[in-house]
Amino acid sequence: MRAIWIALLGVALLAGSASGASKGGSIDLVAYSTPKDAYGKIISAFQKTRPGNGVDVSQSYGASGDQARAVAAGQDADIVALSLDPDVNLLVGKGLVPKNWSANSHKGIVSDSVVVFVVRDGNPKKIKGWGDLIKPDVQVITPNPFTSGGARWNVMAAYGAQRRAGKSDKQAIAYLYKLFKHVPVQPDSARVALQIFAQGKGDVLLTYENEAMYAEKKGVHTQYQTPKNTLLIETPVALTKRGLKKPAAKAFYKYLWSATAQKAFADQGYRPVLKSVAKTYHFYKPAGLFTIDTTKLGLNGWVKVNKRFFHPEKGVMAKVERSIGQ
Amino acid sequence: MASNAAVLEGPKQVVSGRAGGAVARGIAIGYLSLVVLLPLAALIWSSRAEGLDSFWHQATRPEAVAALKLTLGVAAVCALVNAVAGTAIAWVLVRDRFPGKGVVDSVIDLPFALPTIVAGLTLLALYGPGGPFGFDVAFTRLGLLVALLFVTLPFVVRAVQPVLLELDTEMEEAAASLGAGSFAVFRRIVFPNLLPAILSGVALAFARAVGEFGAVVLISGNIPFKTEVSSVYIFGQLQSGNGTGAAAVSVVLLTISLGVLLLIGAFRRWRTRHDHV
Repeated sequence: MRAIWIALLGVALLAGSASGASKGGSIDLVAYSTPKDAYGKIISAFQKTRPGNGVDVSQSYGASGDQARAVAAGQDADIVALSLDPDVNLLVGKGLVPKNWSANSHKGIVSDSVVVFVVRDGNPKKIKGWGDLIKPDVQVITPNPFTSGGARWNVMAAYGAQRRAGKSDKQAIAYLYKLFKHVPVQPDSARVALQIFAQGKGDVLLTYENEAMYAEKKGVHTQYQTPKNTLLIETPVALTKRGLKKPAAKAFYKYLWSATAQKAFADQGYRPVLKSVAKTYHFYKPAGLFTIDTTKLGLNGWVKVNKRFFHPEKGVMAKVERSIGQ
Repeated sequence: MASNAAVLEGPKQVVSGRAGGAVARGIAIGYLSLVVLLPLAALIWSSRAEGLDSFWHQATRPEAVAALKLTLGVAAVCALVNAVAGTAIAWVLVRDRFPGKGVVDSVIDLPFALPTIVAGLTLLALYGPGGPFGFDVAFTRLGLLVALLFVTLPFVVRAVQPVLLELDTEMEEAAASLGAGSFAVFRRIVFPNLLPAILSGVALAFARAVGEFGAVVLISGNIPFKTEVSSVYIFGQLQSGNGTGAAAVSVVLLTISLGVLLLIGAFRRWRTRHDHV
């Protein structure tokens, strides 16, 4: 009997201390997996600020599309950090994120990156530009654009780079057909693609600049080339309707664009969007940089691009995939 | 009820047949509904969400059909290899004596304990480009088979092992004393006794191979029409927001698997029909 009382007392104490820790409230962050380290640092810095004092941040990381679907299915989320707009728009469609989520001074974009070529040490196949990827004997590794939302950046970079070089829409699509003939493996995610490339498969890996830097940091024997014409990758963050009701969530959201937070992103290889921070980091700026909204290159934002290129049945990429298999 | 049955002093089986049996049946039905039947029903329900035409269209898309054929083909080969190799391993474990047998016996179950994605990663490191054996099967159909063989290893071994342990060696000795060669003894005496167990192991291995995702997503190249299996295809459709397509292919996959399992089960019952006389 006494043992039960002691146990109950213990539970009560634990409950007391737990509620004490979250007197500043708690917020749920649901994010895609690669910026995990950056968010870890940002959260501990945030908790030292006055609005962040005593705020509990519960974190969940996973593949961007999976995370978006989990939130759509009911997972608690105050702030969502995903790898591309369509995943946020999925939540807008479900009425969980307000339509005007991107209406801040950075359009809801918290960090940037670019599509780069990771090559073997010394660049033995002399790969510099998009034209080199479709030379004979060159194997290109890129994730499958239907399983990896992030791989869609690669495809649109390839298409946009052709347009930027003066090619027509038809020629740029013909390039995609040729390019995917050089792809022997389509891993399900960017990280797995890196893993497979590190194992020795392929001559070039198409990936984000921050992944290329991560690979170098991990001691994979590679170097990377930023092609002259490439796509600016923009990763969004949004407050959900649930988060909008919480002062702590709003404060954290705002904090993501503070100098401290932007530096944390930059240290992990993401390009900061805050100009004052960007100045102190020397990210290479390619001459022919374009975005997913560069309409003169036929890129009319993710909603239209997704429909035209990545419709699972009628999309350009569905046809490209069919052509390589048959 | 229970005390009533006790007063009757009937044989124990009757007691459990009345009160205990009802409870067990209740648990079995409730549990099966909750854990198996309801999710399957929900899956079928969602596959027809956009009408029967759409279901048929999604299920018969060339990519889907190619993935389905590949999946069933590789799973069948995998089950057959398991039937032979699994029986041989079980035989060695039961009939042979060698140092470290206990360890080997425990190792058999490891593929179950290992997260399949880790299995895929390990196989990729061993049998992929830059692997230590210079044996590169990654991103081919053979690689797919290797991954499936790894994750399905325990089924046949564990199904055959207990039967082999129970098997009386007297029959074999008698046959041998009458002049039967060791192959004849195996074919006429051991094999018929083991067949039902081998078949149930094969059925399990086949079903598991059809549904496997983690181990194959890394080692198969995921190229449609070449190395993309149904589970990866379904994953791709889900990721692209085509839930109906994913559900439709899943239902077809389940139906075919169910058919194969029923066939194996029927064959097994036919083989063992005399045991129940």
